[in-house]
Amino acid sequence: MSSYYDDQDLDRFGEMGAHRPELFELFMKYYQQTMAAGVLTVREKALIALAVAHALQCPYCIDAYTRVLLEAGSNMEEMTEAIHVAAAIRGGAALIHGLQARNTAARLSI
Amino acid sequence: MPMLNFARKLENLGYDALHAEAVDTLQVNLGWRCNQSCKHCHFQAGPDRTEEMDRDTVEAVIAAVQRSRIGTVDLTGGAPEFNPHFPHLVESLAGLGLRLIDRCNLTILLEPGLEGLPQFLARHRVELVCSLPYFQEDLVDRLRGPGVFQKSLEALRRLNEAGYGREGSELILNLMVNPAGAYFPGPQEELEPRFRQELERRHGIRFHRLLTLINMPIGRFRDFLVRSGNYQRYLDRLAGSFNPATVPGLMCRHLLSVAWDGRLFDCDFNQALDLPLLPGLPQTIREFDLEALSRRPIHLGDHCYGCTAGCGSSCGGSLAEG
Repeated sequence: MSSYYDDQDLDRFGEMGAHRPELFELFMKYYQQTMAAGVLTVREKALIALAVAHALQCPYCIDAYTRVLLEAGSNMEEMTEAIHVAAAIRGGAALIHGLQARNTAARLSI
Repeated sequence: MPMLNFARKLENLGYDALHAEAVDTLQVNLGWRCNQSCKHCHFQAGPDRTEEMDRDTVEAVIAAVQRSRIGTVDLTGGAPEFNPHFPHLVESLAGLGLRLIDRCNLTILLEPGLEGLPQFLARHRVELVCSLPYFQEDLVDRLRGPGVFQKSLEALRRLNEAGYGREGSELILNLMVNPAGAYFPGPQEELEPRFRQELERRHGIRFHRLLTLINMPIGRFRDFLVRSGNYQRYLDRLAGSFNPATVPGLMCRHLLSVAWDGRLFDCDFNQALDLPLLPGLPQTIREFDLEALSRRPIHLGDHCYGCTAGCGSSCGGSLAEG
């Protein structure tokens, strides 16, 4: 194997049910119901999923939800906006932690 | 995981052989000439193709329809309107009180000499199924050629002006949507409101229904899949998404396809692959025999997974709920 990540592994997700299948089944039931249309459409949920996937930098989820979104009638404009939301929140989260540094520095400094 | 042969898959479901149930629709392919060269076209149609239904074959089609009282005739191509006998065929069939469908690529309506088509089609109450894969320019032009999106919008405006697609209008204008790549179309019922909202809001265009079609891994689309390294995964995904609920409604069980040269096929895709009706059956429109063809066994291939994947796929859109 030349890489830790293999895109073929996405199709093998079900193998995670090989041990303690009841836990995997519970997870899958919850997952499928969560991602099905509710108050939000499948497309809106998939845009959130894509943004989260970028924030977590999960290549499997990025692959999967890009395809889901193309199939749901989304486009690169919408997906790019969603990715910017992830980037903005990640960036904002980094910056707001700057206050921790400021607080610590203030506490330690004369 | 190796793909299970389609016929074997059906056998496992209890179908010894897949049979037609009726011939409700005669789909007539008037030729492979087209003013577009779409990247997904299973016929590899384009401006340079010379395959075209001649007048004698057109007359044989009209005679078969008159004899059999088939309820629906579905005209396709290439661009069927390019065939010089298209007006004669439409005029002859329109008087028979059947449902007449034209599969229109939209931009053909702007071709020199064909500008009167919207009014001609409206006069004969021809139902339209118009190809528009998306509501944004870049994707449509990438799939169907530069400038196609803007021309398609202009054609849709002209059709709306001729009375097509308006709420309550008997002039039916449906849109046919296929994906611009190695993925499946989403559920029709979710895509339709989105297309309606975008086309109406941005362009003031109206249509009746949206139909989805899965791209078959044959013709130019197969070439793309191979070139892009997506071929095997696409086939695996088609087979892995087999949905038994689609089998009763498969279009080959209700439709017969006539090629430009008069030969008969179970569907347009078998025509593209040159998979004729099984031996012992009438092979050309001149031998048309409704009784013999209504319960015919279907010539299956592994491409048939393209009609049974997910929500299913047919010229009438999806076959099962998403």
